[in-house]
Amino acid sequence: MPDDETTPTSEDTPTSEETPTAKETAAAEEIAAEERGGDSPAEFLAETAPETVAPPGAPLLSVRDVTLRFGGVVALDGVDFEVRTGEILALIGPNGAGKTTCFNVMTGVYKPTSGRVEFDGERLSGRKPHIITRMGIARTFQNIRLFPEMTAEENIMVGADAHHKTSVIGALLHLPRHGREERDGRRTAAELLEFVGLEGRGGELARNLPYGDQRRLEIARALATRPKLLCLDEPAAGFNPAEKERLQQLIRDIRDLGHTVLLIEHDMRLVMGVADRIVVLEFGQKIAEGPPAEIREDPRVIAAYLGVPEDAA
Amino acid sequence: MTTLKERYYAVADGVRKAEAGRQKWAQGLRGRWQSIPKPVRLLAGLAGVVLLFALPNIAIPGIPFRTDEIPNGIGFSFVLSTIAIYVLVAVGLNVVVGMAGLLDLGYIGFYAVGAYTVAIFGSPDSIVATKYPWLICVPIAIALTMVSGVILGTPTLRLRGDYLAIVTLGFGEIIRLVAVNLRVTNGQRGIPSVPAPDEAHVDWNVFGWFRIKFDFDLDIFTPMDARPYYWLALVLIIVVILAVRSMERSRVGRSWLAIREDEDAASIMGVESFKFKLWAFAIGAAIGGLSGALFATRNVFVNSGNFNLLLSVMFVAAIVLGGQGNILGVVLGTVIVFYLPERFRFLSTKRELVFGLALIVIMVLRPQGLWPSRRRARELQDRKLEAKEAAAGA
Amino acid sequence: MNYFSDRWHDLLPNLGDLVVAGLTQGAIYALIALGYTLVYGVLQLINFAHSEVFLVGTYASIIVWGWIGYAAGDGNPVPALGTVILLLGAGTIAASLVSGGTAVLIERVAYAPLRRKNAPRLIFLITAIGASVAISELVGELTNRRPWGVPLLVEPKTQFVIDPGMSINPAPVTNLQIGIVLSAIVMWFLLDTFLNRSRFGLGIRAVAQNEDTAALMGVNKDRVIMLTFLLGGLAAGVAATLYNLKIGTISFNIGFLLGLKAFTAAVLGGIGNLRGALVGGLVLGLVENLGAGFFGNKWIDVVAFVILVIVLMFRPTGILGDSLGRARA
Repeated sequence: MPDDETTPTSEDTPTSEETPTAKETAAAEEIAAEERGGDSPAEFLAETAPETVAPPGAPLLSVRDVTLRFGGVVALDGVDFEVRTGEILALIGPNGAGKTTCFNVMTGVYKPTSGRVEFDGERLSGRKPHIITRMGIARTFQNIRLFPEMTAEENIMVGADAHHKTSVIGALLHLPRHGREERDGRRTAAELLEFVGLEGRGGELARNLPYGDQRRLEIARALATRPKLLCLDEPAAGFNPAEKERLQQLIRDIRDLGHTVLLIEHDMRLVMGVADRIVVLEFGQKIAEGPPAEIREDPRVIAAYLGVPEDAA
Repeated sequence: MTTLKERYYAVADGVRKAEAGRQKWAQGLRGRWQSIPKPVRLLAGLAGVVLLFALPNIAIPGIPFRTDEIPNGIGFSFVLSTIAIYVLVAVGLNVVVGMAGLLDLGYIGFYAVGAYTVAIFGSPDSIVATKYPWLICVPIAIALTMVSGVILGTPTLRLRGDYLAIVTLGFGEIIRLVAVNLRVTNGQRGIPSVPAPDEAHVDWNVFGWFRIKFDFDLDIFTPMDARPYYWLALVLIIVVILAVRSMERSRVGRSWLAIREDEDAASIMGVESFKFKLWAFAIGAAIGGLSGALFATRNVFVNSGNFNLLLSVMFVAAIVLGGQGNILGVVLGTVIVFYLPERFRFLSTKRELVFGLALIVIMVLRPQGLWPSRRRARELQDRKLEAKEAAAGA
Repeated sequence: MNYFSDRWHDLLPNLGDLVVAGLTQGAIYALIALGYTLVYGVLQLINFAHSEVFLVGTYASIIVWGWIGYAAGDGNPVPALGTVILLLGAGTIAASLVSGGTAVLIERVAYAPLRRKNAPRLIFLITAIGASVAISELVGELTNRRPWGVPLLVEPKTQFVIDPGMSINPAPVTNLQIGIVLSAIVMWFLLDTFLNRSRFGLGIRAVAQNEDTAALMGVNKDRVIMLTFLLGGLAAGVAATLYNLKIGTISFNIGFLLGLKAFTAAVLGGIGNLRGALVGGLVLGLVENLGAGFFGNKWIDVVAFVILVIVLMFRPTGILGDSLGRARA
């Protein structure tokens, strides 16, 4: 684990109490203004969406000629594509094609052997997970990893805390910012719970929620970090067709809020129905890239899936 | 014929039901308490606090709870003040162990640093002999312990849990051995005449500009009467508990909980796990330093014999026994571990033996402790269920 | 700098003696460390009570020697070679049986129930502490908290002298010191062979790699774990007997410090790795004694713990790396 080795920066030590930046005060005013006004949920959510978004279509995350080797095994071989702002990009491929590895490279978990991953013009690898989150990448997990003993609301508040500044001193002295941020967190939680269809269940423990709700809660928690790019790792795993239908709609809604979505998925029907563009991996190499209609017809993709384009898994 | 799957569900279900029944009464109690209107609860709490303050002066005929009611018993207010100081230690340690989930076995090291700081800077008999008043020594003690917490935590908090436990154990022992061997701490002979909280003998010439002169001793805190120390400790306990609670219910507490439950997921959700772990360590250390400062002044005398590692281990045990994470449970555990041997003297000669055996029995029967936080109890319950389900499935 | 050159001058003449003493002490650490490392390798559990497993062994061999007729201070002459071998054999067997039995008992009483409940690691450590305190205090109660003398069975005789020349004094090496170091190496070799060659060893290694898979493959997990504790206990018994030969008195509270140092040795060498325990023990004994020679004897324990902290900070996998467990989260 390379990021374990890095020496602590001054920002890690408790002695450096934070000072509010101009941007932050602006955000605080925004929240305060909102508490006076009381916008509609949609407007509020629009505000939780990323503030600085590159123009639609511009590359948000680019994977440039990335190769990754584990010992002698080549997990990714010269993979090159980009996620464009405002789109839903699906990453697909047969089992063992390197999807998850690619995902981990894109979210900064693995460092590529060669090539580079750039997010919003900045290099990702080597940065600590919480910094990557603050840069605007959020993710969900293939096997759900909520905080099981926290309530749904608290889970989302942890996500919202990513952009909060209150630390020990603030909490201890009940500084105004502490109250403001707590209110903001609870509000975000309420709005997001409604958004993903869990309204009124904020007080329930995450572990007591049904499976499908846990998946949606995980998405809500990720959205609370106000990501520019939301990465969904097999979000439909274990879903029945009706749930998949709802999920499709939810993913589109997320995109419409202004988030870019990266989707890793097995279920071809879901992918074909929701993705704007698709990247296909096989044996660590990109074999196709394009809109669903094109991919569906691509002989290499069909061959890769053994002539069965619809995987009902 | 039942299939394996059916059998698996049946077993898991049975286990769940049994556990639910076992926990019902405890939850019922909690629910009833929660359903009482808030003002009444507040009043009850207040009455409890008043009772605690009055405790040294209370004796109930027929219920000999006072430790001076038995042959060769130690003064009750002295015992109370000791327990109160230890409760303060436990509340601080609970931040580290119970809330952030970091096992610190060398916590006594911070307590020792706090006590020695006060003794060295406050006592006229130390070789430094700065003779600072107690009230000035305390912030110094807290600052120094916090710094030592950060120094110890920065490299070690990246280690996995049980390694952290052993490193901290080593740290605690280093502190003790240093205290034994250094001239400034004066080993076994120790440092006498630690100042009382209500005295100051100061005559400072600040840069030749002006002169600060205090010379008073209110004689409230005297070696004859331990009650003022007990009261002071109670006040500090209440203040510290309130402070810790407000931290628990903020972004800080949420981060600790998230780290405890799934550190990797937490950092991917933007929690700076290292920073918050270090904070927990530093806060815990500071509270440990504060209690050490209190201990030094109550005892008037500090030597290296006060800080053996067994005491450190007892603190952890008290917390786990009471129910880590739950402040009231932690208080309960501490009172049990340190009061019972004073009241029942036959326990005190075999105190450690009974303690060791009790630790095994209680932990095996009730790993969540006697009065756990709701979350902790559930965390453990979950793990147990997982194990049983796995066993049933296999 | 003057301080350091002074210290160096104090240290230099004794260098040879310190090395010999350090290696001997280190061999004892190594023998105890084998137990820590075995259990850790299989269960990723720090068996905090292992120090007391060692402790009961020291008492067991003294008691058996007493039965045979050799107690401390009874005026017996130092026995002849044949008797010594008999005494050592009897003492080692007794100590190993008692230590091994205690280790298994601790496993059954303090760990097995928790394993069934899948309790977190922290709880294991707490019951381990409980077991450690209880055993040491029980021994304390039984011996009235007085130290026990150890009969002199082997008169230390200088076998050869190491004379490195320069300004280092010649260092005599005694039969006892040679025996202790050799025993540690032999014990390591036996355990290593057992683990790598025997069917039981295969089971232990299987459980160490993956408990559940091993169980599915028909390995009796519980028996393997008990066997592991037993082996660690046997090694501790050997260590206990050798410790008795080296030390004049023992008391109920010697376990804690020795245990912590042996654990340090295990970590130093790479916990979970048998060869690491051997190397770690010898290195710790060596460094600790040299450190004491440099800073003064009273700092000997501080040197050991500072080494522990430093190793865990900078190379938690130890000198040889850990073969089974992982230190970092």
